[in-house]
Amino acid sequence: MTAGQVALVATLALPALGAAAVALVPARADRAGRVLGTVFAALALVASLLIYRPDGGWFGYAPANRASAVRPWHELDLTWVPGLELRFHLGVDGISYPLVVLTTLLTLLCCAYTVGRSPGARPGRTLVALLLVIEVGVLGTFLALDLVLFFLFFEVVLLPMYAVIAGWGGDDPRAEAGAHRAAARKFVLYTLFGSVLMLVGVFTVVAAAGTADIVALTGGAGLSRPVQLAAFALLAIAFAVKSPLWPLHTWLPDAHTQAPTVGSVMLAGVLLKMGTYGLIRVAVGVAPEGARWAAPVLGVLAVAAIIVGALVCLAQTELKRLIAYSSVGHMGFVLLGVATLTATGLQAALIGNIAHGVITGLLFFLAGAIKDRFHTGALDDLGGLRERMPALSGLLGYAAIASLGLPGLAGFWGEAFAVVAALRRGGPLWTTLAVIAAVGGALTAAYFLRLLRRVTHGPASPVVAGAGGAPIAGVELAAWAPLVVLALAVGLVPTLVLGLAQGPVGALVEAVR
Amino acid sequence: MLGPLLPAVPFGLALVGLLLPLRARRAAAALGITGAAAALLIAVLLALRLDTAFESSVEWISIGDLQVTFGVRIDRPAALVALAVGVVALAVQVYSVAYLSEDDRYPPYAAQVGLFTAAMLLVVVAGDLIMLLVGWEVMGICSYLLIGHDRRLPEAPRAAVKAFLVTRVGDVGFLLGIGLLGIAAGSFRIADVLAVVGAGEIDGAALTAAGLLLLVGVAGKSALFPLHTWLPDAMAGPTPISALIHAATMVAAGVYVVTRLDLVFLVADPARAVLAVLAAVTILLGGLAAMAQDDIKRVLAWSTVSQIGYMAAALAVGAADVALFHLITHAAFKALLFLAAGSVIHAVGTNSMAEMGGLRRRMPVTFWCMTIGLGALIGLPPLAGFWSKEAVLTAAAGTQGWTQWLLYGVGLLTVAVTAWYATRLWLRTFFGAPRSTPAEHAHEPPAAMAVPVLLLAVPSALVGLVIARGFVEWVTPHTARDWSAPVAEPGFTGVREMGHVDASTLVPITALVLGAVAAWLLWRREPAGDPARALGPLRPAFARAFWLDELQHALVVRPVRALARLVRRVDETVVDGAVEQTGRGTVGLGGALAALHRAGLPRAATAVATVALLIGLAAALGVLT
Repeated sequence: MTAGQVALVATLALPALGAAAVALVPARADRAGRVLGTVFAALALVASLLIYRPDGGWFGYAPANRASAVRPWHELDLTWVPGLELRFHLGVDGISYPLVVLTTLLTLLCCAYTVGRSPGARPGRTLVALLLVIEVGVLGTFLALDLVLFFLFFEVVLLPMYAVIAGWGGDDPRAEAGAHRAAARKFVLYTLFGSVLMLVGVFTVVAAAGTADIVALTGGAGLSRPVQLAAFALLAIAFAVKSPLWPLHTWLPDAHTQAPTVGSVMLAGVLLKMGTYGLIRVAVGVAPEGARWAAPVLGVLAVAAIIVGALVCLAQTELKRLIAYSSVGHMGFVLLGVATLTATGLQAALIGNIAHGVITGLLFFLAGAIKDRFHTGALDDLGGLRERMPALSGLLGYAAIASLGLPGLAGFWGEAFAVVAALRRGGPLWTTLAVIAAVGGALTAAYFLRLLRRVTHGPASPVVAGAGGAPIAGVELAAWAPLVVLALAVGLVPTLVLGLAQGPVGALVEAVR
Repeated sequence: MLGPLLPAVPFGLALVGLLLPLRARRAAAALGITGAAAALLIAVLLALRLDTAFESSVEWISIGDLQVTFGVRIDRPAALVALAVGVVALAVQVYSVAYLSEDDRYPPYAAQVGLFTAAMLLVVVAGDLIMLLVGWEVMGICSYLLIGHDRRLPEAPRAAVKAFLVTRVGDVGFLLGIGLLGIAAGSFRIADVLAVVGAGEIDGAALTAAGLLLLVGVAGKSALFPLHTWLPDAMAGPTPISALIHAATMVAAGVYVVTRLDLVFLVADPARAVLAVLAAVTILLGGLAAMAQDDIKRVLAWSTVSQIGYMAAALAVGAADVALFHLITHAAFKALLFLAAGSVIHAVGTNSMAEMGGLRRRMPVTFWCMTIGLGALIGLPPLAGFWSKEAVLTAAAGTQGWTQWLLYGVGLLTVAVTAWYATRLWLRTFFGAPRSTPAEHAHEPPAAMAVPVLLLAVPSALVGLVIARGFVEWVTPHTARDWSAPVAEPGFTGVREMGHVDASTLVPITALVLGAVAAWLLWRREPAGDPARALGPLRPAFARAFWLDELQHALVVRPVRALARLVRRVDETVVDGAVEQTGRGTVGLGGALAALHRAGLPRAATAVATVALLIGLAAALGVLT
């Protein structure tokens, strides 16, 4: 085993071991359990950083002798269930690597946050353990190079997330009792519906091609046109549920609103990315002809998501719900980038993915901080936050401004270049889509400024002026600071994300063309 | 080497400033002033040492096959505008220390002013369209933050949101325009874009579209009709911010960018025609609206709208250097006017001219500075505005076709209008009897406010006289069209000579005198009254700027809000409703099926017995009949 392979396995194994270890910690050592989990999350982050392959440089996708468009830096290919021809095939390249690091980072921040802020009545160590299980599933999804393995990891995430929402969610005292369980149920059933389609799609491909190896399959390796169309349709719907793509998004606002802070962060920060990553790597990669066939539909739906998401946000009255719906709009930009099937669009989608994870993660942390203090997320009750808590209000302003795509911050690149990519495709349809998407960018600014005006400006509302405005705790700052810095760093140096992806995306576009 | 430092130094200091705690007033002031002074110093060095235009760039990122570069492109216009930005920013920072001496949120304010300056300087030196867009929008967000600064004004948050959103709507067009140019050139580097445009390698329709789309963004930033509505409301910001926005940043950025991409507009004729119309409407609209305002800052705000129109007129006839000239003189006198108005407001405690009057005796320094500023604004020889406005009118008269009479005519008419409202402001504020108690006890501002005002009076008076003659020779070798392959200049055939005075100069001077005398006569008849009463039935129309704000609200804001509510309802009831109903339907169906299978023995027995009885009865009846 090479060092890279060790790091690859460690990235996946450490959180799994951590989850098992934390689950075994007895109830009286709850805090120790949370700390232990955080240590494992930190180790996983270190391992994921070690995957990075310095000798390959920024454009390292070395094994040039391989014909496939997927050229992993490291891979591990083991026989798993010989009877079913299942293989345990992992690998990482420039497309998946930023997402892997994002996942390990956000999980660490969530675990650390849980150490400092105990999540109420239920045991915190269990929450940490569940977060680590989610991490395993997400990382596995990003690392899998085998379709069946991909599917399995994709499904691992589902139940722990259900438990997180149902068990730790619903801290809003005014919400009807059980609303969080209903939201969790909706999340799980809706996503399962997508998973069923995905399973059918995966086996359509596997049966027709005789292999489940993503490396071999990328580029449409010998699949006939009808198979590709069917496979793409099935897979795309499954990923569209996860991303989510309008109109398959309605599980998201409920789940986000009811989930605990760390649940929302994980959900927005990394879970949604599984959908867009799957779309790029699996759906587009494996069934390029299907992708070309469905691209206009995908583009139209993506732009509809941008506009609908923005308009709903404009009429939204609850903080977390608003941020949740903003995700619909942002993922719309990402999907628009994918739909163009150009190198520009795919790169925009990748950086948009990362930026959304960082910025929306930060927004949910801040929304959680506000709800912790004032026990409400209703925009009507909040107001004048800057009079009471200038630092928190400044951070919220920063996150909102980053999220509305201000150039110079991370959110800009994905959105602007999704528009440019659509413009680049040319023709009446794509030009129209570009124009509408750009208008959606203005609407995004409108609802975020409305949010800021309601929450931070004006005189302090009775709720804000009243009790409970505890100053920002150290653990909160520690959890937020990396995201604040990353939002600026990725904005100023987009090469951090895109430099890695240039080669693989170019190869993918070549293969898809 | 100096070029990148121009935005970088104020940016770095502003970032540090943003992290300061609220009590660190002194540190914040020191950082802010240092940043502005450093920017000014670098700009001076650049302007002095710049012999040939130069450009440096490195790759920032390439997305697909589109290159985005990071680099500066410095020529004399850039150095000159940077100089103006530095001067105004320094004046504003120093002035703000005193003006906001009682504000407990001064540290973030000073840092935001620094960021604003850095963003404008980034626009000025940017050698790449994406870089330019970064500065362009960061400026927008800074204006949002600063306009919303004042917590005592309930309208401030709304005005701040409006300023950002209106310009952001413009930026939709700007982004698309940049995108079209970048796609055509395969690179967002300005030099590459201009080379492609100059060589005629870009499709004519695409170029026209790009020009028009860029104009949408320019109209938003530079407050050209119909996207001018945010500027008067932006008066809710502290007065130094108004000076910053009106003189050297925001509104100047739009005009500057057009001069930067001059070639695009020279080649794209329809875009210039549209710009000419917008310019004409803006000039007149701003002038007329300024006639009827009572708020002293609003008069100045509308005058900015009108003066930006003059710059746009120069751009529309292809005289980018003339536009730059007016931009520079306007920066000097508009900064002076706003800061002097701030001194007046500081003394009287209100923006309303109805409560001023007679301030000439109590505030002589402010009075004389204001007089110089207003003189420059109306184009009184030999003050700065005279030379540049004269140059604009000459350039307009030098064109052919309908733009000639449109721009020259409107420009001339508005000279009279400008003289009228400036005289009205002058008389209502400084002459006659004081109309309120604070006005009776007004006093000169502290030195930190008085000195910047005094220093700005110098360029307002002299800058035109000094640079008018040499300006074209100094700037021309550097303008955008000389960077790339030479092209024919369609349309513009006039002699572009600034600082020449001949018989034709008497025409605008006559208009000026007519306007000023008319205002004076009206005032003399009733010194306590408002000359605007003479506008009669037109007064409310002018005061409300022809209800364009209301129109915008009714045609854009309310429909969008209503649409948002509708979409939310549809999303919740139809899209999500379908999901919920699917769930509920499934549960219901399951329940019904379960119930069918769950019939208990007594009920089942009863049912069987009942049916048997019925059949039996039927049979019995059948037998009987």
